Amino acid sequence: MTLAVQFTHVSRQFGEVKAVDRVSIDIQDGEFFSMLGPSGSGKTTCLRLIAGFEQPSAGSIRIHGEEAAGLPPYQRDVNTVFQDYALFPHMNVRDNVAYGLKVKGVGKTERLNRAEEALAMVALGGYGERKPVQLSGGQRQRVALARALVNRPRVLLLDEPLGALDLKLREQMQSELKKLQRQLGITFIFVTHDQTEALSMSDRVAVFNKGRIEQVDTPRNLYMKPATAFVAEFVGTSNVIRGELAQRLSGSTQPFSIRPEHVRFAEGPLGAGEVEISGLLHDIQYQGSATRYELKLENGQALNISQANNQWLDISSGHQVGQSITARWAREAMTPLTDSAGEV
Amino acid sequence: MSLAISHPPMRRFSNLLYRKPDLYLAMLLVPPLIWFGAIYLGSLLTLLWQGFYTFDDFTMAVTPDLTLANFAALFQPSNFDIIVRTLSMAIVVSIASAIVAFPIAYYMARYTTGKTKAFFYIAVMMPMWASYIVKAYAWTLLLAKGGVAQWFVQHLGLEPVLQFVLGVPGVGGSTLSTSHLGRFMVFVYIWLPFMILPIQASLERLPPSLLQASADLGAKPRQTFMQVILPLSVPGIAAGSIFTFSLTLGDFIVPQLVGPPGYFVGGMVYAQQGAIGNMPMAAAFTLVPIVLIAVYLSIVKRLGAFDAL
Repeated sequence: MTLAVQFTHVSRQFGEVKAVDRVSIDIQDGEFFSMLGPSGSGKTTCLRLIAGFEQPSAGSIRIHGEEAAGLPPYQRDVNTVFQDYALFPHMNVRDNVAYGLKVKGVGKTERLNRAEEALAMVALGGYGERKPVQLSGGQRQRVALARALVNRPRVLLLDEPLGALDLKLREQMQSELKKLQRQLGITFIFVTHDQTEALSMSDRVAVFNKGRIEQVDTPRNLYMKPATAFVAEFVGTSNVIRGELAQRLSGSTQPFSIRPEHVRFAEGPLGAGEVEISGLLHDIQYQGSATRYELKLENGQALNISQANNQWLDISSGHQVGQSITARWAREAMTPLTDSAGEV
Repeated sequence: MSLAISHPPMRRFSNLLYRKPDLYLAMLLVPPLIWFGAIYLGSLLTLLWQGFYTFDDFTMAVTPDLTLANFAALFQPSNFDIIVRTLSMAIVVSIASAIVAFPIAYYMARYTTGKTKAFFYIAVMMPMWASYIVKAYAWTLLLAKGGVAQWFVQHLGLEPVLQFVLGVPGVGGSTLSTSHLGRFMVFVYIWLPFMILPIQASLERLPPSLLQASADLGAKPRQTFMQVILPLSVPGIAAGSIFTFSLTLGDFIVPQLVGPPGYFVGGMVYAQQGAIGNMPMAAAFTLVPIVLIAVYLSIVKRLGAFDAL
């Protein structure tokens, strides 16, 4: 399989700050790849390095096998959907979409036809005459998408494109983007700080922290087998247990992660392959589909337990704050963690 | 409730203004509107009205007999020449200012930050702290025969070029300081800050992501400049040119000090109402820049310069 984008020990420094620190990634052709991380973790800088708005301080970036370091943005076969959409305010929607074709010298009839096609693809046929200011946020987002796709790039870069939309629209756009990617078969590289978004859309996700990659994996593996404490806590919520307590529960001092929904209240005798621990019930949060319990363990650490509210008859939780509780989980549910970002 | 009664008078007044925002607005705006209406518009209209009065050439007396003769006289060749001379200078000065100002404004907006930007602001505004008459006089010395400008030209061996340029009709004159070229240079120098600052402000508002988007879509730097930067800075260029155009149209100091003999509109107004005492003709001339600026604004508007505001 060919690689769409390949980072080899890429660093980008701004003065003293290492925004991207010796990052290596292989992004497969035709995959939906997400870069996930908190703000300032280097994910957007990585995207800008691919687009060519930034140049690496060290390392090599290959786009479809070709060394990209040193190439300006206008010589790269990638297109970007910007976070603020960056539509040209002085052009109407059709001219915005046709812009990339115009500057490459595509004839007028062809470029207007292709612009109209691209607009139809994002369900904005007939909006060509409008100015960007006359559109809603969701519509502008679609124009930005059409403007990038009309150039038929092999790699599409998306910089938190759904960040400014409200929840319902965001969910709708998520499934539309995924559908579009499958239909076009091109590589999508999607930057986001929203872990649900990354998990639900991607083939693979890279988790960034402080300029480095903590883990690259499928959404399922990322959630079920987080490699580091950072991934365990950033992707979903997790209980990270360390030190003496880890030793007692898992038999090793290596820290481990246990998901709140994999913990249950003790009932009957302790099964084989199970561990248990008791504590005081400190807080109960009713969240609709689930209820979250916070247990204070004897060493002062909090243990989160999440129970699905799937018993429709179960109106009251039957638990009270201050009560002593024993929690239990299967040994296999514990995922051992390495402490820091994996060294290259 | 008797709460209101216990409030001190100032508090009651504040509350009243808060409840009646229109009253508050009226108090805020009436004084400047009276000033603007009576002192500015009132005197301007009075002046223009005098343009309809009759001036008796023999008695040098002004009588309030209404006539259109003064406005018709604007089209006599001698007067029309003045208008054409002033208008063409205003156009040329505006174009040249825009060309000179754009790179400076572009550099200020896109490449400077913090202290460097402050330095540029001060550098651009500093000439405006000195009296404009002093600057115009200084230029007469710089451009005079045997002055600094000529010294440079001589030492660069460009004397023949200067002689050739000064020989071109409509551009030259006997020396730089008495040539159209010299007058043009002084105008461009004096009005340049008025062009730099609006262009700089319009470029400052340009989001960097637009330029990145343009490059991302395959535009080479020249295409990005022509398709994105220039069209979006047109409102700034238009705003600046309104300054340079109207200031040149109304100026009467620079044409007197630098350049060949021959009146500009401003100088003509000054001469008519002063030395000659023909207030009606001065009033008629006053109408010229007003009409020209109105025409200019409507052209600029038709070009879409204000659409992006």
